[in-house]
Amino acid sequence: MQKLLQLPVNAVNIVKGVQGVTQGQEEALSPVLTPDSGPQNWYSAVQPEELRHLRSGGTEDRSALEEGLNSVQTQPLRHDDLKEMLDSNKDSLKLEAMKRIVAMIARGKNASDLFPAVVKNVACKNIEVKKLVYVYLVRYAEEQQDLALLSISTFQRGLKDPNQLIRASALRVLSSIRVTIIVPIMMLAIKEAASDMSPYVRKTAAHAIPKLHSLDPEQKDQLIEVIEKLLADKTTLVAGSVVMAFEEVCPDRIDLIHKNYRKLCNLLIDVEEWGQVVIINMLTRYARTQFLNPNINESLLEENSEKAFYASDDEEEEDKKAEPATLAKRKPYVMDPDHRLLLRNTKPLLQSRNAAVVMAVAQLYFHLAPKAEVGIIAKALVRLMRSHSEVQYVVLQNVATMSIKRRGMFEPYLKSFYIRSTDPTQIKVLKLEVLTNLANETNISTILREFQTYIKSMDKDFVAASIQAIGRCATNIGEVRDTCLNGLVQLLSNRDELVVAESVVVIKKLLQMQPEQHSDIIKHMAKLIDNIQVPMARASILWLIGEYCEHVPKIAPDVLRKMAKSFTNEEDIVKLQIINLAAKLYLTNSKQSKLLTQYVLNLAKYDQNYDIRDRARFIRQLIVPTDKSGALSKYAKKLFLALKPAPVLESPFKDRDHFQLGSLSHLLNAKAAGYQELPNWPESAPDPSVRNVEIPDWSKCSSRKDRKEKKVEKPFYSDSEGESGPTESADSESDSGSGSASASGSDESGSGSESEESGEETESDEEEEDEEEEKKKRKKLDKTKAKKQCIINFDQFDMNKITSVFSQTLAPSGSIKMYELLHRIKGEGLAVEYCFSRQPFSPEPNMVAVQIQFTNNTNSETKNLHIEDPRLQSGMRIREFAEIDVLAAGESVTVVMGIDFCDSTQAANFQLCTHTRKFFVSIQPPVGELMTPAFLTENDFKKEQGKLMGMNEILEKLTLGEKCVNEHVIVERVTATANLSRVPCGSDKECRFAGKTVSSGCLVLVTVTTKEGGGAQLTVNCEKMLIGTMLVKDILQALSQ
Amino acid sequence: MPNHPVPVPSSVLAALKNKTIHLSAAKMIHSLFLVNASGDIFLEKHWKSVVSRSVCDYFFEALERATEPENVPPVIPTPHHYLINVLRHRIYFVAVIQSEVPPLFVIEFLHRVVDTFQDYFGVCTEAAIKDNVVVVYELLEEMLDNGFPLATESNILKELIKPPTILRTVVNTITGSTNVGEQLPTGQLSVVPWRRTGVKYTNNEAYFDVIEEIDAIIDKSGSTITAEIQGVIDACVKLTGMPDLTLSFMNPRLLDDVSFHPCVRFKRWEAERILSFIPPDGNFRLLSYHVSSQNLVAIPVYVKHNISFREGSSQGRFELTLGPKQTMGKAVESVLVSSQLPRGVLNANLNPSQGTYTFDPVTKLLSWDVGKINPQKLPSLKGSMSLQAGASKPDENPTINIQFKIQQLAISGLKVNRLDMYGEKYKPFKGIKYMTKAGKFQVRT
Repeated sequence: MQKLLQLPVNAVNIVKGVQGVTQGQEEALSPVLTPDSGPQNWYSAVQPEELRHLRSGGTEDRSALEEGLNSVQTQPLRHDDLKEMLDSNKDSLKLEAMKRIVAMIARGKNASDLFPAVVKNVACKNIEVKKLVYVYLVRYAEEQQDLALLSISTFQRGLKDPNQLIRASALRVLSSIRVTIIVPIMMLAIKEAASDMSPYVRKTAAHAIPKLHSLDPEQKDQLIEVIEKLLADKTTLVAGSVVMAFEEVCPDRIDLIHKNYRKLCNLLIDVEEWGQVVIINMLTRYARTQFLNPNINESLLEENSEKAFYASDDEEEEDKKAEPATLAKRKPYVMDPDHRLLLRNTKPLLQSRNAAVVMAVAQLYFHLAPKAEVGIIAKALVRLMRSHSEVQYVVLQNVATMSIKRRGMFEPYLKSFYIRSTDPTQIKVLKLEVLTNLANETNISTILREFQTYIKSMDKDFVAASIQAIGRCATNIGEVRDTCLNGLVQLLSNRDELVVAESVVVIKKLLQMQPEQHSDIIKHMAKLIDNIQVPMARASILWLIGEYCEHVPKIAPDVLRKMAKSFTNEEDIVKLQIINLAAKLYLTNSKQSKLLTQYVLNLAKYDQNYDIRDRARFIRQLIVPTDKSGALSKYAKKLFLALKPAPVLESPFKDRDHFQLGSLSHLLNAKAAGYQELPNWPESAPDPSVRNVEIPDWSKCSSRKDRKEKKVEKPFYSDSEGESGPTESADSESDSGSGSASASGSDESGSGSESEESGEETESDEEEEDEEEEKKKRKKLDKTKAKKQCIINFDQFDMNKITSVFSQTLAPSGSIKMYELLHRIKGEGLAVEYCFSRQPFSPEPNMVAVQIQFTNNTNSETKNLHIEDPRLQSGMRIREFAEIDVLAAGESVTVVMGIDFCDSTQAANFQLCTHTRKFFVSIQPPVGELMTPAFLTENDFKKEQGKLMGMNEILEKLTLGEKCVNEHVIVERVTATANLSRVPCGSDKECRFAGKTVSSGCLVLVTVTTKEGGGAQLTVNCEKMLIGTMLVKDILQALSQ
Repeated sequence: MPNHPVPVPSSVLAALKNKTIHLSAAKMIHSLFLVNASGDIFLEKHWKSVVSRSVCDYFFEALERATEPENVPPVIPTPHHYLINVLRHRIYFVAVIQSEVPPLFVIEFLHRVVDTFQDYFGVCTEAAIKDNVVVVYELLEEMLDNGFPLATESNILKELIKPPTILRTVVNTITGSTNVGEQLPTGQLSVVPWRRTGVKYTNNEAYFDVIEEIDAIIDKSGSTITAEIQGVIDACVKLTGMPDLTLSFMNPRLLDDVSFHPCVRFKRWEAERILSFIPPDGNFRLLSYHVSSQNLVAIPVYVKHNISFREGSSQGRFELTLGPKQTMGKAVESVLVSSQLPRGVLNANLNPSQGTYTFDPVTKLLSWDVGKINPQKLPSLKGSMSLQAGASKPDENPTINIQFKIQQLAISGLKVNRLDMYGEKYKPFKGIKYMTKAGKFQVRT
């Protein structure tokens, strides 16, 4: 069966070969076969023959045919039969011929001489013939440039076709023909297609850009213009392809991305998976040029404290501890909301089924996220390890690099890196690398136990790697060095030469680090020399004894004596080390070893190996003083017994992270062609306003009517509303998310996508036929909508402002802020806002009171408003408001509910239900709302503050904002940020505030000390360090505005 | 976008200065070679200029160096190219790359190619590929454009190129009609690109298989060193029109580490722990998940073993008994035990209480097909092994690999609560099946 598809061609050739004898003359007479002459008949005679092969598959005479084939193939093929078929009128014959030609191409056979015959069929009606002709054309056009030009007009015609799919495929083939002459035509076609109405054609245009660029790099400038235009495209279909083109043509034109950055972030989730990878990689680079290093405060600590981070739980805590200390030293770091946007929008992609996407997100987090957040990628990466072994290989390489920098991240998954006997060796070795990197004082005993089973494996390469891994653990972790050494010494009695040799080598390295303490091991190894036969191991032992002969002064000469005896029977490397040992002993202990050395040197002098003879001669000259010996021999001792540096056993993956993770260059640890360096973080952030989009195009998606009109371009999940304007930070994540998800869900299920399909068909037709009319229509629509839009815009801006306020807790003067719980568009007319009323919640004093205002904007009444199904973090509780029976049209009502946030800023998620719908909403408190005022006297304040020193005190220097001119403003800002009360104070340079957390009643003390020239110092004392740290950030921001 | 100047931050300019601008880096996949087990290139496809097949010599070199077929490094650098290969069904898929590209991108794509072939031809063997070389070529042509993935969704591809069936091959040969769809790939334009349009069935059915595999390492003494569950939900959905499905679970908390088919709405899952999706037509993997917390993983079988060699004797003892454990009352079936015995073992003379065993004296692979475990009469395999005369006792201890199946059980306890359909009027037939299998289940001795 295997060669079945080759058969048709072979069959013909063989038949031809057989018949050639009789038909040779005829062929010679008519080299150009005409359709109606004899050969046609000849061919039709062959046809059934082949069909038989085609259908019946393996025929008995196949082997015979194949043998015949080999002899035929040595002669140049002429393919007259195929030409014949291509010239026929029947599509079926043409198709048959094309299939055989494609089969030839697939096998790598040359079919270029058929070019003229094939290219004629480029306009064939049969769609499969046409496709196969395209395949042929793209393969051979480069070699037959002149003839290829014949086909161009067909594609040019195709570019004007009313059907978008035909336009796209014409452009695709045209741009794939690598013929320099048509560059201008291609350029024109790409430019035109880039402004096509159909996003699919635009996508094809984006694909064509790199093709043209590689054909003629001169076109770069023009192509960049097209890229710029396509980057502005709002459809998910185009996004991936154009970024791909960008990466290939002008990856350094970061400036083109600014305006499209937010859009790309928002569309990302709906882009097809391959596009996602490319976009994420590009955005990683972009972010490195535009944002500040989120770990800037830790980067100083990092080097010193690398060893300090062990368990992941500890890590976070330590981060928090480290923060206040460093914050004091440096300027406070505030993450750019756009930076946050990128992190937030890529996070769900960690759950993609595509390993490349997961890896792309993982590297993005590794390179861009604050240290505390990087941890989330570990789980996803560990999941990938279940995939095919190639995927596992690449992922492990990256994990190995990451685990050096961020060990804590993978520690919980230690056991996922345990090795199975069925793993391929290369995977085993990588897992071993990761395990070694993860080893620390706490887990070393588990790891060593695991390593012990590995040493018994049958895979000897792997055993050797395991022994090396033990050696590395021993150098890195001082506590286990002796245990490891003992373990390795035991291995010296292993039967396997490789194991012994590897152990000796590793022991040698370990001993070099502190030879004084281990003279007993050196003695032990000296004894082993009687038993160990592996030359490498013997050599290593001899070197050790020679090097440290001062530590074993009695044994060393004895070993030399034994070696001198067996010298002639030793392997060459051992002989060399015997000479070395002799030389060193001669220099340190010439009394005992002088004669022995001379004896050894004499033996060596007549050795068969010239290396050994040379060495002996050289050493004799050097160490044995004679009249002739030169100046060098004075320094013999220094030469031989110089202090040799201990070898450093470090991971081969160390510092590999200067390559972008997940890249080919990282994998190879060498710069691959076309690798884009990952830039270093900038010292100060470039202007973030470059990413602002000038004209917020709200009309696109905000109203239902518009949505329908724009259906084609509407992404599946992502809400394009967030396209412009600084988007909310992660803290308010679920807020917009849940709402839109339920909305889009109902959309899809309700209207059904079939109508969408037809809608788009008609639309595209319309658009082409009478664009003019379309434009007019749009204008009209715009006018009618103008008023409505105005309102919507206002709403949207309002919401935006609120959300940004929400996340950053900027304090606008005094009044209580309202937050949006449910936008009236998402809520289908029901708008819900909430605020923290700062009143004690009477039913349960340890709950935060949340005041909720419902407004019914519909024309009908809404009934049974209540809360259902709260989803809370453990310990959190909710006290629901009493159900609102009826809310009449246009009415508003305000209720109060209580939430016990457990003194954390975790969101409380619940469903808001009406009689018809359920909405998912969440309330997330700013940290300042988690407290109530506490009334203290100045003395009490000082007393309490005295109790909350050390770790519980956070000090921060700041520069007051321009408007913070007097005490009054400071008080106003602080109290707006946090629900605190002022504590009377004697000094006018100080403002003091006190409060306690609602849930647990911990005291929160805030002091602001102003200094000359706008400087100030902020002190927060709170037992709950998390609360304290967050509060510091919020107040800092409020005051430095 | 108008051509007004955009201010370029100074840091960007600084970054630009350090950059060497390279010309024409042809990215992504340049060519693809398929190599069979005996080292012959039997198919080649180029998406850009032709790369000579001699580039594969570097691959053959690596192949020779590797002791086992799966030990060929997935990425092989050569002077002008990089070769990225995957091994599936004893065929190496070797992609030629010219410049920087995420290696996983290529690897993942190659696996997708194999999956597509399997989907189309039932198997992905050299013979199947050679038999369908034209379809293969057409597929590859659609899957990559200029080396960048274009259409990789099986639903779209099937719209473009119809999978070959015996009937269609016969009909095509007689009538001269084609495999290429007359339709244009409208699916690519849709907002749900993974679903064919205009799907029609007379019987509307949706089947979901919850399949869990247990990966475990059990140590000598029988305690679990590591155990995790890899679960998938595979679906076969044949529903008319554009159905919108929701699938909810009794205990969604189990699913904290999941990956989805692109059709699943992320946000709905995040908020409600409900799978909401418009399914592709036909077979697809809806979800895969990972339960790694060890206390959740029940180990359904135990092994008692005694494999020992005595110093100085040319005989070794072999005893193995299997038993069920934590199976929730379900039967453990299709049990297969295999073990790589030490090189020194010449032959094994064993006596199984049930099933059959084989020992290959060349590869030293012992395998025992046990069948079903009867809790009343535990299966055992006992006997002796003969060692090379004079050879010393082997250092290594063999590991025992176990395969088994348990029907109607998801060992993690995951249970589907309900499946609802919106968007269409008819009542579909719905079916859920559970199964537990052994993944990489190893017992160290």
